Amino acid sequence: MNTTSLIVLLFAPLIGFLINVFFGRKMSKNLSGVVGTASVLLSFVITLLLFFSVKQPITLHLSEWFSIGKLAVNFDFVFDQLSILWLLFVTGIGTLIHIYSISYMHDDENMYKFFAYLNLFIFFMITLVAGSNLLIMFIGWEGVGLCSYLLIGFWYKNQDYNDAAKKAFIMNRIGDLGFLIGIFILGFATNTLEFSGIQQAIDVDGVVSTSGWYSIAAFCLFVGACGKSAQLPLYTWLPDAMAGPTPVSALIHAATMVTAGIFMITRMNFLFDIAPIVQNIIAVVGVTTALVAASIGLVQNDIKKVLAYSTVSQLGLMFLALGLGAYQVAVFHVITHAFFKACLFLGSGSVIHALHGEQDMRKMGGLRGSMKITYITFLIATLAIAGLPPFAGFWSKDEILLTAFHENKVLWVLATIASIMTAFYMFRLLYLTFFNEFRGTEEQKKHLHESPSLITFPLIVLAVLSALGGLISLPFGNSWLNHYLMPIFAHKEHAEHHLGATEYGLMAFAVLGALIGIGIAYNLYMKKKEVPTSDEVQGLHKVLSNKYYIDEIYMAIIVTPIYGLASFSKNFIEKYISKSVFGLGNVVSVLSIQGKKVQNGNVGFYLFAFVFSISAFLIYLFLIR
Amino acid sequence: MQSILEQVGIGNYIILSALLFCIGAFGILYRRNAIIMFMSIEIMLNAVNLLLVAFSTYHQDASGQVFVFFTMAVAAAEVAVGLAILVSIYRNIGNIDIDNLKNLKG
Amino acid sequence: MLEIVFYILSAITLGTAFLTVYSKNPIHSAIYLVVSFFSIAGHYLLFNAQFLAMVHIIVYAGAIMVLLLFTLMLMNLNKEDEVSKPIYIKFAAVFSAGILALVLISALKTAQPEMIEYVSSNEDYQSIKVLGKVLLNEYMVPFEFASVLLLVSMIGAVLISKKEEKI
Repeated sequence: MNTTSLIVLLFAPLIGFLINVFFGRKMSKNLSGVVGTASVLLSFVITLLLFFSVKQPITLHLSEWFSIGKLAVNFDFVFDQLSILWLLFVTGIGTLIHIYSISYMHDDENMYKFFAYLNLFIFFMITLVAGSNLLIMFIGWEGVGLCSYLLIGFWYKNQDYNDAAKKAFIMNRIGDLGFLIGIFILGFATNTLEFSGIQQAIDVDGVVSTSGWYSIAAFCLFVGACGKSAQLPLYTWLPDAMAGPTPVSALIHAATMVTAGIFMITRMNFLFDIAPIVQNIIAVVGVTTALVAASIGLVQNDIKKVLAYSTVSQLGLMFLALGLGAYQVAVFHVITHAFFKACLFLGSGSVIHALHGEQDMRKMGGLRGSMKITYITFLIATLAIAGLPPFAGFWSKDEILLTAFHENKVLWVLATIASIMTAFYMFRLLYLTFFNEFRGTEEQKKHLHESPSLITFPLIVLAVLSALGGLISLPFGNSWLNHYLMPIFAHKEHAEHHLGATEYGLMAFAVLGALIGIGIAYNLYMKKKEVPTSDEVQGLHKVLSNKYYIDEIYMAIIVTPIYGLASFSKNFIEKYISKSVFGLGNVVSVLSIQGKKVQNGNVGFYLFAFVFSISAFLIYLFLIR
Repeated sequence: MQSILEQVGIGNYIILSALLFCIGAFGILYRRNAIIMFMSIEIMLNAVNLLLVAFSTYHQDASGQVFVFFTMAVAAAEVAVGLAILVSIYRNIGNIDIDNLKNLKG
Repeated sequence: MLEIVFYILSAITLGTAFLTVYSKNPIHSAIYLVVSFFSIAGHYLLFNAQFLAMVHIIVYAGAIMVLLLFTLMLMNLNKEDEVSKPIYIKFAAVFSAGILALVLISALKTAQPEMIEYVSSNEDYQSIKVLGKVLLNEYMVPFEFASVLLLVSMIGAVLISKKEEKI
């Protein structure tokens, strides 16, 4: 691959963004959509070419950024197996979602802005993934955060949506601070920010000092990953982020951006390998998040909220895999999850589109008949996420469970419970949305229709991928993905599990668990045709409906004290500061009013002043000095 | 040709110029008549010119004298403009007493 | 011999300068000033700077004095009607002029260590020929600017002193 095409790969979305930002207002809606899509498609095609041609990592050196002492930072990008893999599904799913958005956002007056933001997001995502040092990655990291903020608050006239955008941004900032501190520590400890340089430095002295700076740095990086990938305790922004348009939820808050944390940890696997304490923390946090989010998802009524909690839960499972050191398993789940979760979100978008913005599942139902393609694709994706063979989700989730079983039985139990819950709430969602009678208004019923082909095409592609995505890493030996990613994980040869009776038993158990979840859902929502009510929920159900009161707890223990501190500063500290400042101003003002009298307009007086000044000056110059 | 400086010495000229300058300054402070003040300014300028010429001779360098020419040109220009202003003031307020000019207030 | 001439000329210079400042009648002041100018021209002659002395007489005693006298006549100020300043101002004036003199002289005296004994090198440095060469070689640009300055001041003087037309 030559340098030009790499540069095109990097900057095509940025150019799409610039075109849409500067000329979008004058262009027709379709044109701006086509420009946005084409630029991402270009990147995707080049990535495909890269994927088939590259065997060795390529480094693209653009320019030097700065160098301080021994620390030099360059605008370098590296295209190795990991980044190409990530680029592949970022640009691929990105392209599909751009196509989808052309139709989905067609009625919005700011469509060009939407595409501009999406393109900018893809650009920053590519920067994040392809950057060859931590600082370039951080640029992308912040950039995707910015785009996420812009897109969550895309319908900026709604104050709730703006609040959600701000919440996402602020939550991310907490994590970003951790990330930044981690970068500083690594720069301090190794004198370089390049991934390869850090790896070498750790190879040299990491083994002798397993604890200390590297562990702290690893923990800080994990905090950053927590913010971006919505892990406990920083996950609360992701459900609220569903305020954005549905394609955004699919692209940013399900498939790509939220997996940045996993990407980062995978990229820095050599660092985490020597910090076992941090790995344990990651595993525990991951499985806790998976459980908590899944349990909240059980009772949500907003179709997108359910999917959001499911995303958080799945991310938790990925973190569990990371914490157990099974990076390639986490990557595998990221990829399959990207397929089926994007498909689910886009499907829900299609439903919402058909119902003119209705997101409450209690007012849906019976859509199976009128929206055939959406229903089938949604069903496939649901089967995938519930973990039924032979769909993609089964293979990746099963590998996580398998790894957990081998490493720690408690984690395995918890993860299994989370995945049973997943099966339950996903089928609850499916039944409530597509089965039984339609519960909306007559008006909506009349307008029920299948979405246009621009919407269904991405759905079909993603459904096919969700069905077949598991093929890239089947557990029967010779996994293609493991083989492909081998160069990235130089440290730990992760032996593939030998498939014995235990493993097959576990698989069967996982399938059984999924079937149990589905069975409960079927029993409740198909047979009894139960429709959840929002009022009068009691006990545990109420706690779950209110998301464990986590937002309220944060409000009480963080936000309220900060407000208190702020009002204290405003009412007391600022008062004295402003008093002193105003006092200084008053002194100057009084002095100047008095001093004004010197300027009395009397020329004779001026002349005296003149002579005295000259005398004083001469005395100073010649006599005193 | 015998030079004056060999007999009198530069120090006397310095004192002469300083005294002349101070007389000019004294005039400016002492009088209210604007034209007399102009004359005082001319005296001060002449004090400086005299010193310039003295040092020009002392260093045997023509630059000092050239500078005196420029001073003269500036003095001539200054007097011309200044007197024009005085005429215009006189026409407006009927005298040229500077203590009556108090419009330069801040 | 020259020393005596110097002291006489100096006495005339200082005396007439003081009288210029002190005399009540502006016309007398002008006359004293002319005498002062002539004595300064005498100083120039002592320095062997004949050309400068001539220019000095022409410019100061000729042009500037005529201008001053003309203005005096124009304003009809040839009488002693100037209201003198209050006594404390006069005292302040004397006081500050004395201080200035003290400071100036002491300052210039302090600077004396820089001076070296004067030795005549018999080099021609102040004849008209040399002055002209210096003026039109080294100081060509300032010389031209001086002409511009004079032109501007002439225009300015005409403009300012012109009677304002009633609108």
